Amino acid sequence: MSDLCSMSLSRALLGLRRREYGALDLTRSCLERIRATEPYLNACISVLEESALERAAALDEIGPREDKPLWGVPVMLKDIICLKGHPCTCASRFVENFIPFYDAGVASRLKEAGAVIVAKNNLDEFAMGSGTENSAFGPTRNPWDLARVPGGSSGGSAAAVAAAQAFGALGTDTGGSIRLPAGFCGCVGLKPTYGRVSRFGVVAFGSSFDQVGPLARSVEDCARLFEVIAGPDPRDATSARLDLHPGGLPEQDFVRAALEGGEREPQDTLKGLKIGLAREFWDSGLTPEVERVCRGLLDKLADAGAVLEPVSLPHQKYAVASYYIMSSAEASTNLARFDGVRYGRRAEQAGELDELYVASRSAGFGPEAQRRIMLGTFVLSSGYYDAYYRKAAQIRRLLRGDFDRALENCRLILAPTCTRTAWNFGFTENDPLLAYKMDLLTVTLNLVGLPGLALPAGLGDESRLPVGVQLMGRPFDEAALFRTAAAVERLLPPLGKPGGV
Amino acid sequence: MGSGPLESRWETVIGLEVHTQLLTRAKLFCSCPNLFGGEPNTRVCPVCAGMPGALPVINAQAVRLAVRAGLALGCRINRTSLFSRKSYFYPDLPNGFQTSQWEPPICEGGRVEFISGGRPVSVGITRIHLENDAGKCLHEGLDASLVDLNRAGTPLVEIVSEPDLRSPDEAVDFMRHLRRLLVYLDVTDGNMEEGSMRCDVNISLRPRVKEGEGDEPYGTRAELKNLNSFNSILDAARHEQERQREILEAGGKVEQETRHYDPEARITRGMRSKENAPDYRYFPCPDLPPVFLEEQEVEKIRSGLPEFPEQRRLRFEADFGLNAEESGILTSSAALADYFEAALKAGGGGKRTATLILAELLPECARRGLSWSAVNFSPERLAHTVRMLDAGKVSLRVVREIFAELLDSDLPVDILAEQKGLLQLSDSSVLEEAVRAAVEGNPAEAAAYRGGKTRLLAFFVGQVMKATRGAGNPGLINKLLRQYLEE
Repeated sequence: MSDLCSMSLSRALLGLRRREYGALDLTRSCLERIRATEPYLNACISVLEESALERAAALDEIGPREDKPLWGVPVMLKDIICLKGHPCTCASRFVENFIPFYDAGVASRLKEAGAVIVAKNNLDEFAMGSGTENSAFGPTRNPWDLARVPGGSSGGSAAAVAAAQAFGALGTDTGGSIRLPAGFCGCVGLKPTYGRVSRFGVVAFGSSFDQVGPLARSVEDCARLFEVIAGPDPRDATSARLDLHPGGLPEQDFVRAALEGGEREPQDTLKGLKIGLAREFWDSGLTPEVERVCRGLLDKLADAGAVLEPVSLPHQKYAVASYYIMSSAEASTNLARFDGVRYGRRAEQAGELDELYVASRSAGFGPEAQRRIMLGTFVLSSGYYDAYYRKAAQIRRLLRGDFDRALENCRLILAPTCTRTAWNFGFTENDPLLAYKMDLLTVTLNLVGLPGLALPAGLGDESRLPVGVQLMGRPFDEAALFRTAAAVERLLPPLGKPGGV
Repeated sequence: MGSGPLESRWETVIGLEVHTQLLTRAKLFCSCPNLFGGEPNTRVCPVCAGMPGALPVINAQAVRLAVRAGLALGCRINRTSLFSRKSYFYPDLPNGFQTSQWEPPICEGGRVEFISGGRPVSVGITRIHLENDAGKCLHEGLDASLVDLNRAGTPLVEIVSEPDLRSPDEAVDFMRHLRRLLVYLDVTDGNMEEGSMRCDVNISLRPRVKEGEGDEPYGTRAELKNLNSFNSILDAARHEQERQREILEAGGKVEQETRHYDPEARITRGMRSKENAPDYRYFPCPDLPPVFLEEQEVEKIRSGLPEFPEQRRLRFEADFGLNAEESGILTSSAALADYFEAALKAGGGGKRTATLILAELLPECARRGLSWSAVNFSPERLAHTVRMLDAGKVSLRVVREIFAELLDSDLPVDILAEQKGLLQLSDSSVLEEAVRAAVEGNPAEAAAYRGGKTRLLAFFVGQVMKATRGAGNPGLINKLLRQYLEE
């Protein structure tokens, strides 16, 4: 039974319904895999062995339920998503002892759907980073090559899913934090349209950018997770009321879209489909290997009848700067509640109130979080607001205009998820700007709030590391992303299993 | 103070920022009850405690009340307004930022007119914006500072006036007028001891000019923070006025700064200068979409506004012959004025109904420490009582005597009076007998009366009342006595 955890989520569901095995069998298999691989990967901050086994046993007692779309399936949560009764560390020393007494909106939905939550995944502290190197609990390693980063900030989730520690996981994507690690670990990951998924109970980084999304080993698996977590939440004022959507209610049946794309011949889905290629993404300094793998995919798409059209995103060159200004501004205030008064670490020796704040925050936050807090505080300061924050907000609107125009003609836009494959640990260590540039191809979608689905385009011919591409879509058009991605998945040979573990 | 030489050389310029807690059921961004006090930290949830992952959702009732206040103060209602984050660190501020409207606020550009010192005063309202209140720090008598977050998240409107006030007295009268209006409209409970209304006073002096010469530019102002009683506003503004006058007359310059009023020492103290003013780093709150108001929504709120207290007060005076004080009390809240009018509708006469409310109901409730609306005295029972008085079935004296019992009982006033043997005697034959006995029993006084000392009538009335245990109809007794004595 030890290899049960390597199945796809969709296959696991089938077996559960046929009673080939139970929730407990799957959970034990995942826990066993976690035990075997964690010494190498460090993908989990806490493994919820006891509660997961209890929950799985309780589910088995009741038996499979048709109306519970994830009944008995072990999944994981990035440790920035609150799960009642379990620590939510955000990979920060500051809040390592914080135990929320409420479930995030997405956690309730997973529970309601019958999922078993087996672990909480490692991440960059407060989701700030692209490599999962900035964790107070040590870095996560890439299951394809343990000397390399898994991408970030949802690197723990991506590595865990790639290494079959669970059938899927939820990450968060503020500037690429789902798509980048999905690409580096050979997973499928979705950053939903802003507002599609509740942010309630997700510790905020950049509130106007953050979205929770699924990571899985196949497009269909990803759709199954997404279908459970998508939808409005009255506790999140930014969650979208799609009954009020101007274009009418968008397609909601993501699993069916993924199944359609996967069951039909790829040509049937792709023929005549207009896919936009933005020079701004493709001429952005891709490594030759990434370029070769991605161009290879483009050839296959063209062969299958897709129409590849050049599109223009003239403001893309300002995207990284705008993103770091605005997301840091939001982060600097979101993290202000961690002041040593109510949470986590309070500096002992502090006398005056100001000293307490300075000492607690200097000790509690890691260097990257401190850097973003300072950056965000600076760009909002009087005298600088107009030059930085206001300008960035203007760029954001212009970029959305670029996308709206490009997506009028094309149904999708396709680009690599990163200019390169996973880097070695320490590669960006002394160069924060280099680290920020790793988000060059992903931050744009967060600025414009549109959905993006990352999936593997193949392995690099030299590095043998996964190369990811992302499909970007119209607002709330995730169904089109799933349908197309499932067709693309069929065009390509399977990646195989990661060789590092 | 405040007159004489000061009047002649310097003109005081004052603008207020009034923080008013809204009378909503729930807090501004969560569903915790909006109530004063309580065991510390019992009325909190992840949202108002600023817990990680918690998100604000705007309370529509608070938006409606802010619009109501705006309409009452003659403001333009912005169809789109926006919440911003105002960042500063303090232990009673759970998020590390206050969520407050910056640009644009919900209401702008109003005007308020009221009477101060017998003269009409007109004050511009710059803006009204919504924001959440902070919690409270408790330091007193403790080794440590403790934080109570029950108040955190309470909805506030901040009403900012133009610098149109010209004396501390005008400033206080403005505050009184504002309080009266907003309490009347059920926008706030106006309870200043509990901090429901508090204000910052911006005050400066400039040389007075002769009429028609055009104004001098405003002088440098000081801001007096967080004054929560009429007395402290008056005191603080007067002391600050005096302090600035002394500086100016000595040829000095007033520093722009924030000052704190110490009510014990009765002085203001500098808190921080302009250079040390905090940078709040306002920016749009990414958790809250803009507040959109449809025109119909605003119109609905406008049409739901009651008659304003000033208009109603004047109408009460004209229609029911009430004096300014009486009509003022009756219109101190819309609910009380409504109660009064409901009793009139149920058939009570105006003056008597007012008298019963003012002289009996309100004092009795005050004795009991209850709100008038909390006792058992419906407009219908009030009206019935008035009708019984009008019909001479009970006397005002008896009503007074049994009023407390009336509130504790379900019985109408006449039945209660009858049970107690206090029904008014209007039976002439019974009264005639008592009148005869009173006159015959006091022959000396009767002779004196007949000799011209007509003031002795009151003596005989007293005697008859005594004999009838207060139940005699005084009008009838008077009439019968005169007849009998003058026969």
